[in-house]
Amino acid sequence: MPALAGPFEDSVAKFANDEFSDTEAAIGEVAASGNALASPIIAALQDGRLSADPDSKKVFITQADGKIVDAATGAAVDKLPDSAAAVRLNNRLRRTVDAALGGLTLLSPDPAKRLAAAQSVFKSHEENLLPTVEGALAKESVKSIKQAFAEARAAVILFKPDASDSDKLDAVAVVKARGDQEALALLTGLGDQPPLVAKAAATAVASIQSSLAMWSMVQNAWYGLSLGSVLLLAAIGLAITFGVMGVINMAHGEMVMLGAYTTFVVQEVIRTRYPALFDYSLLIAVPLAFLVAGLIGVVIERTIIRFLYGRPLETLLATWGLSLVLQQAVRTAFGPTNREVGNPSWMSGAFELGQITITYNRLWILCFTLAVFAILLAMLRYTALGLEMRAVTQNRRMAASMGIATSRVDALTFGLGSGIAGIAGVALSQIDNVSPNLGQSYIIDSFMVVVFGGVGNLWGTLVGAFTLGIANKFLEPVAGAVLGKIAILVLIILFIQKRPRGLFALKGRAVEA
Amino acid sequence: MTPHILTRSLDRAATAFVLLVAAVGVLIPLSNLLLPQGSMFQVPTYLVALWGKYVCYAILALSIDLIWGYCGILSLGHGAFFALGGYAMGMYLMRQIGSRGVYGNSILPDFMVFLNWDKLPWYWYGFDKFWVAALMVLLVPGLLAFCFGWLAFRSRVTGVYLSIITQAMTYALLLAFFRNDFGFGGNNGLTDFKDILGFNVQAEGTRAALFLLSCLALIIAFVICRAIVTSKLGKVLIAVRDAESRTRFLGYRVESYKLFVFTLSACMAGVAGALYVPQVGIINPSEFAPGNSIEAVIWVAVGGRGTLIGAALGAVVVNYAKTFFTSGPLAPYWLFMLGALFILVTLLLPRGIVGTFNSWWEPIRARRSSPDAESAAREDGVGAPNLAE
Repeated sequence: MPALAGPFEDSVAKFANDEFSDTEAAIGEVAASGNALASPIIAALQDGRLSADPDSKKVFITQADGKIVDAATGAAVDKLPDSAAAVRLNNRLRRTVDAALGGLTLLSPDPAKRLAAAQSVFKSHEENLLPTVEGALAKESVKSIKQAFAEARAAVILFKPDASDSDKLDAVAVVKARGDQEALALLTGLGDQPPLVAKAAATAVASIQSSLAMWSMVQNAWYGLSLGSVLLLAAIGLAITFGVMGVINMAHGEMVMLGAYTTFVVQEVIRTRYPALFDYSLLIAVPLAFLVAGLIGVVIERTIIRFLYGRPLETLLATWGLSLVLQQAVRTAFGPTNREVGNPSWMSGAFELGQITITYNRLWILCFTLAVFAILLAMLRYTALGLEMRAVTQNRRMAASMGIATSRVDALTFGLGSGIAGIAGVALSQIDNVSPNLGQSYIIDSFMVVVFGGVGNLWGTLVGAFTLGIANKFLEPVAGAVLGKIAILVLIILFIQKRPRGLFALKGRAVEA
Repeated sequence: MTPHILTRSLDRAATAFVLLVAAVGVLIPLSNLLLPQGSMFQVPTYLVALWGKYVCYAILALSIDLIWGYCGILSLGHGAFFALGGYAMGMYLMRQIGSRGVYGNSILPDFMVFLNWDKLPWYWYGFDKFWVAALMVLLVPGLLAFCFGWLAFRSRVTGVYLSIITQAMTYALLLAFFRNDFGFGGNNGLTDFKDILGFNVQAEGTRAALFLLSCLALIIAFVICRAIVTSKLGKVLIAVRDAESRTRFLGYRVESYKLFVFTLSACMAGVAGALYVPQVGIINPSEFAPGNSIEAVIWVAVGGRGTLIGAALGAVVVNYAKTFFTSGPLAPYWLFMLGALFILVTLLLPRGIVGTFNSWWEPIRARRSSPDAESAAREDGVGAPNLAE
């Protein structure tokens, strides 16, 4: 064995022994050495770029640019000796490596790295990092990172056998205040503790558990709201056509699909011609999708549905046939596979609210849905067309006698409902696959919402959509996604028995034939 | 002369239909079995199975026509009853595989061994006996239809609402049968059948016998339907179709009539499914897809709603066209054609093929025949449905 210069070199040489225990010791010693080479060595170990020669007990780093240096001295080396092999790691060692890197980066000038390091120490609670953490804590000026350091320190203290009871109690309080899943894992994995600390930890665990349960409820409610907004968006157009015209439009889902494909085309044009406008692509796509789907809707009404009034079941069949034609047309034009629709920058990413993560695209879709709903409601309430539509919904014959051109109202209503489906397609293109089958996956759910909410009442659709969305998301963790969905379907079938006209039925005395 | 139920229900067209189906049911298997292979008139075995499939679809179409054409109940979930009957038969066929499966387990079907189940779930008990399976073919769809109909008709769920919840029912079943832990083979369904009642399902003789049985079932189903629609019960059903509230006000228990005919129709669909499975050799959850049920409705619409013969004819014509077009170079356009068929038939041919033919033929026949026959025809009371409901 060649004579080595000092303790750092001795520590590094341990990597060459090809024993996990020696590697572990080497990691600890190198990390604690304070040597400038420590960080590259551990990083190289983590990436599998650290190799050792068991014969000469020399250790080498292959740098990212392919150059090779001697790990102990930092001197450049021409090439690896033939007998050199990468230093092996197992899962336990990988954690040690992470923790060691965490300790090394605790003092990094980059705040993001410091935060990550603090988090990693919190998880690893490596005892020998305590002085580094405390040093970093004293120096830290960013508030959130200081908090992370304090939590890391608390975690280390909790696992330090010789820490005083009062220190440990303070530490429990800090971890409890953190209150997330990791804090819970840390506290439940404490092991033997003095009775006082164990008791405090137990209360902390209970309190974290209840707060987590609360947050998971909030999370489910958020998911439910998000699903509800998607359902509402898909169903709202259907509610209009069904409510006003008594027409079940099975091709409604295909209008949604056409809206999504309009978004795709808009984005393609923007990508090739005006890449700078990409962030505005959705704003451009919304009116276009409304126009495309709306126009197609008017054409459908004028050429097919007009001839089938008073025969709702036949309309259902004809529009189902139409949906097949539209699907196949899109499949022929755009291919059967999913098309790529991108998220503009303001719709990607997420933020944390308490213990839950909220993605921007879901949040925007919720806002967008509510906006569409509000505009539609205002339109029905305050415009002439809205008035006429309400009149036709309530009593078609009477409206006709009062001079309302019911056939014009029908065409415009159908166009409006289809146009809104097109808008829904723009929003859904952000969270779902844009394929010819897009509409199929929403049509049954949309029907359920409309039937559940009651026909001819937009508020019913709103309540129906959010009720079904939230109920679905609360059933999912209990019963699983598919069983939850089955349960919802069965519940709706039973509900329809109780209220055959839905939650908010239009009141009237008419008896059907 | 007392009008016997058969003579009343079988008019000239109905008798011709029964004879035609009987002739097909006997001639096709005979030509398959007796004529030498390669002969011009020999029907190849694959065609026997294919036409057997059509005949099963025709029974399904009959069952839909009985409730839609004569009682105004548009079920968009009849494929579910068909598939349930098919699954009941499939379970029997699975048990008949015995130890010839891939894993050689004499009790458990392969997929259960694959899922590491150690014993048969309780609902698989008894399916090794044919009579149990045959009973279940009728009982399971019938019971489901009874419960569903009892709930729906009692609370007067009608029209499109009923259509939508029947669709929800078949969709829920689709999701359920896709699950592996539901115990029906999940995604792959039941397949790889070997024997039925000791005969090899692949053998020519078995195929011919199954075809004959399917035709027999079609005849029986047709005669039952005819007997119902020409009886007094049938008149009430037509009244319900044309004016449900008025019929109720006249003192008829509308929901009982509807429930009876809906349950019977589900049983018929179940039998069709049970005959379908051994001839096709597989049953999987996609049979529950709502699209399938809607497609079955269009067969009826094409053939002629409320004509029975038309329903069976429509099923065969549409499916023949489907086989013809999807196997040729026109395959990518089949969905265009099917879609256009839906639209054009509802717009231009609302009475379907047979209904349109009847409305063109009736006046000619009336002119030619004696006034007696004309009044008898009207007495029949089985006209085309009132389309402006």
